[in-house]
Amino acid sequence: MKESAMKEYLNDYVEELRHRGLTAAQEEIIRRETEGPQIHEMPESAAAADSVSGRKPSAPQRIYDFADLFFLQDMSPPYISHTTCLRSLDELLERDKLREKDGFPRKIRVGRLIKPGKGGKDKIVVVPTTVEEKFYHDSVRVPEEGGEAGGSGEGEEGEVIGEEPIRPQDGAGSGPGEGEGGPHEMESSAYDLGKILTEKFELPNLKDKGKKRSLTRYTYDMTDRHKGFGQVLDKKATLRNIVETNIHLGNLPDIDNIDPTGFLISPGDRIYRILSREKDYESQAMVFFLRDYSGSMMGKPTELVVSQHVLIYSWLLYQYDKQVESRFILHDTEAKEVKDFYTYYNSRVAGGTKVSSAFRLVNTIVEEENLIKDYNIYVFHGTDGDDWDTDGKESVPEIEKMISYANRVGITVAAHSSSPGGTEVEKYLNKSGLLKEKSDLIRMDVMYKDADESRIIEGIKTLISQ
Amino acid sequence: MELIDQHAKQIMEGCKERAREAGLRFQDESLEYIVSNRDLIELSPKIMIPTLYDYWVHDVEVLKGRGKYELYPGNPYETVINTRPPISFYNDNNPDWLNVMIFYHVLGHIDFFQNNLYFRHTWEYDFTGQALSDKRMIAKLRSEKGRQVDYIIEFSRAIDNLVAYHHEVSRYHQPSSSSFSQRLDFYLDVFLQNREKVNIGEYVKEIERYNECIRSYGKSLGEETFFAEVEKKYPHFRAIYEKNREKKSEEEQDLMQYLLNHSEFLNKDENKWMKSVMEVIRKTSLFFQPQIRTKIMNEGWASYWHEVLFMQDDRIKGHEVDFARVNAGVTAMQRVGLNPYALGMRLFQFIEETAEKGKYTFDFRRIRDAGQRKEYDAATGKGKEFIFKVRENLNDFLFINNFCDQDFMDHYDLFVAGKRLNQEKMVWEYFVKSRKAEEYRKMVNDTLYHPPHIQLDMGKSNEGKLYLVHRFEEKPLVQEFIANTMMGIEYLWGSPVQLETAEVIPARSPSAIYSMSGPSPVPADQRGKPKIKWQRVLYTMEKRKLTRRILYAMD
Repeated sequence: MKESAMKEYLNDYVEELRHRGLTAAQEEIIRRETEGPQIHEMPESAAAADSVSGRKPSAPQRIYDFADLFFLQDMSPPYISHTTCLRSLDELLERDKLREKDGFPRKIRVGRLIKPGKGGKDKIVVVPTTVEEKFYHDSVRVPEEGGEAGGSGEGEEGEVIGEEPIRPQDGAGSGPGEGEGGPHEMESSAYDLGKILTEKFELPNLKDKGKKRSLTRYTYDMTDRHKGFGQVLDKKATLRNIVETNIHLGNLPDIDNIDPTGFLISPGDRIYRILSREKDYESQAMVFFLRDYSGSMMGKPTELVVSQHVLIYSWLLYQYDKQVESRFILHDTEAKEVKDFYTYYNSRVAGGTKVSSAFRLVNTIVEEENLIKDYNIYVFHGTDGDDWDTDGKESVPEIEKMISYANRVGITVAAHSSSPGGTEVEKYLNKSGLLKEKSDLIRMDVMYKDADESRIIEGIKTLISQ
Repeated sequence: MELIDQHAKQIMEGCKERAREAGLRFQDESLEYIVSNRDLIELSPKIMIPTLYDYWVHDVEVLKGRGKYELYPGNPYETVINTRPPISFYNDNNPDWLNVMIFYHVLGHIDFFQNNLYFRHTWEYDFTGQALSDKRMIAKLRSEKGRQVDYIIEFSRAIDNLVAYHHEVSRYHQPSSSSFSQRLDFYLDVFLQNREKVNIGEYVKEIERYNECIRSYGKSLGEETFFAEVEKKYPHFRAIYEKNREKKSEEEQDLMQYLLNHSEFLNKDENKWMKSVMEVIRKTSLFFQPQIRTKIMNEGWASYWHEVLFMQDDRIKGHEVDFARVNAGVTAMQRVGLNPYALGMRLFQFIEETAEKGKYTFDFRRIRDAGQRKEYDAATGKGKEFIFKVRENLNDFLFINNFCDQDFMDHYDLFVAGKRLNQEKMVWEYFVKSRKAEEYRKMVNDTLYHPPHIQLDMGKSNEGKLYLVHRFEEKPLVQEFIANTMMGIEYLWGSPVQLETAEVIPARSPSAIYSMSGPSPVPADQRGKPKIKWQRVLYTMEKRKLTRRILYAMD
């Protein structure tokens, strides 16, 4: 949708809402969101930004950044696969819990690290990290000056000798992951992450459905039979063959009085079990990721929601290998499906909020593609809890429809601040009673701006626990 | 990890012979290992010491916080460690000529470790051996005491940059015992001058009287007679002298040492084991201190020698171009950035040349004429001898401050590179900020390792409280770390702890915007250099709760 058309549509919708009656606070929220730009562009790719700058001086290094092994011997820094050297995340978090019990603050942070890659293609990896607190000197610096370094060569005092572009920082509604490189990069690191999330999580309520999909994995089993040679003699089958052969030979005149001593055994009669590759079949699942990318989601809420979805997504990639299909839906007042996680992850926030639009799109997709029959369906929705549709007149029916077929709906509310009664989404969900009645099918997790990564993981547990 | 093969070892032995002939001094034995990627994963968190104690933080990626503030100055990927025998690590598939270069570099380091006086306290023992027995002890304690051991390690590491390293090293370099007694020194140097503030005439009279006493009664009896008179005149002298001696010995101790000796908590019978864990952390920290403080010199010295010795080596004919390429990569001066190899090596070369011409002499310094100064060459033949002395006696701070002069700057076209924001183009600009040696030295000094100087104030430590004072050096402490660090100290001390430090008074009006991240919207012309104002602040950690109180504004 073009921006002008978008605006028009928005205005119509706002009019309609006004007609239904709005409080001043709601007006304010709507006004803020409609005033902003209505375009969700993707961030410029980092690679492009790099090529524009051309020859930029490499970032100055400090003397302690140099080490013989890398510098002199040209070794590469060890690649630490997060599965080999790290204990599982669970174990570390467990240790942290004990710390709390002993009366000390927690120390593990599950953080995302940006690993600079070649050609500006940075890679995000999620790793547990910590700091060692000591008394250190902090530097007092004017932000416009970036510190000093040594230099050598020509140039008068005051002469500019190089430039380095500033990456757009928390600018106008940036999604997380500014310049994270291509989608492929995203997936491969997501996979790494899934492994640390351990295999403890499982998709809840998984049912046998549809034409099962095969895994690329094989199991090996002694189920195939083979004449003449093999690993284990199948005595029963062999005996049956011998009897058959001897009936043909006429060695078995009287069925009531069988004399096996006179039987002849042909080499082809021996039946063996042989080790064989078996394909494994499992129920298939479809997971919908829904994200509110309206203007109010700017900053922390988006970061939290997206982090949580990264975690769920990468865990699915790992745990269920390829047989879980993922669909990605973004919504403001209008919902649209995007093709991959990368787009889903990086699209900028803008525009108004209408949660029901996303749920409706899911319902439409499920209906049109007739997914109910063949798939276990999971829906994860992330929002800051704002909804122009204040009492859920449109959302609740869509949700009800959705849980009639879904195996689990998980709603994450990353609220800006705690308020009595909670956000709009919380209010109407609680009022609908669905959370209590159908607690098996729908879960909600509310966190606040200051949630850290371990809180996010807690959240996942809430959403997908049995 | 496995040892290098016989062929490579033979090359190493050849390098040792040649290095010795050139004047380097080091012990005969050395161990060389091949390290794989896997080994590095295990070694790097342990700062390349294979036998260092286990600690869970070693298994987790530690945030270095680069850009915000410099946390961990030590780079864990060193090629050679200061043990007996020295152990060095190599890539699996280095060609021979490259190994020759690296071996010389390593021998340069070993020579530095074993001759630079800042390493004096590491000379008498093998750190890996010591570390192994410590590691076993900690493992044993862990099996008995559980995770409490890790808390002790954590809290001790939190203050392991407050070890009195210089004090430790200076013990090895006491001037041969002064011919006068401490009491006399105190009386004449401190008591009379600072406390009683006597005038010169009286002071000289006292010295006269002392000499007179010695002359008449002999050395020991004479001094007694002298002080008998003193105590008649100043009856309080003895008490002041005793008190001063006590105070001095306590204030000289670093925080960790003080806790070990005086913490009631640690000295309870059931907690005594904690002290041995703390000792391990303290020793480890002391061991690494000189390495951090001699980075430029150490790398410069090693680079200087690998270049000199490689070019003289007869075994590597035909690989000069390969060497030139690698060597340039290591020791080229960057356009922007500080490379310790390049800077240190050039400085050593420059010092040698300058000393060779006899320019570090009084005669030369008296010359005012620029032409004469330029042409001056006394051909002393003592350049080498001079740099060997430098390598023995200096650390980075002294090295830079003594020898990085304007001649050196001009010779190598050095400058201080600044970085500033260009709002119109939205780029960081690098520019030539200054070509003055003074500025350059200041810039290097600012990047050198310098832990905060935090001392006990015995006067204010009362009622069981521990009062720490952070000396003001125009640098605040990293605020978010104060709480946990002090919590650790409180735990080890067993009673409340206070810390007096300085902080920047948050500015209001335009400069308030500076505190926000990202480019500020203030137009360029409104920006002036905001003057930084400081205030003294007192933190109190009591029962794991931190409180902060502003003491007074500083001027």
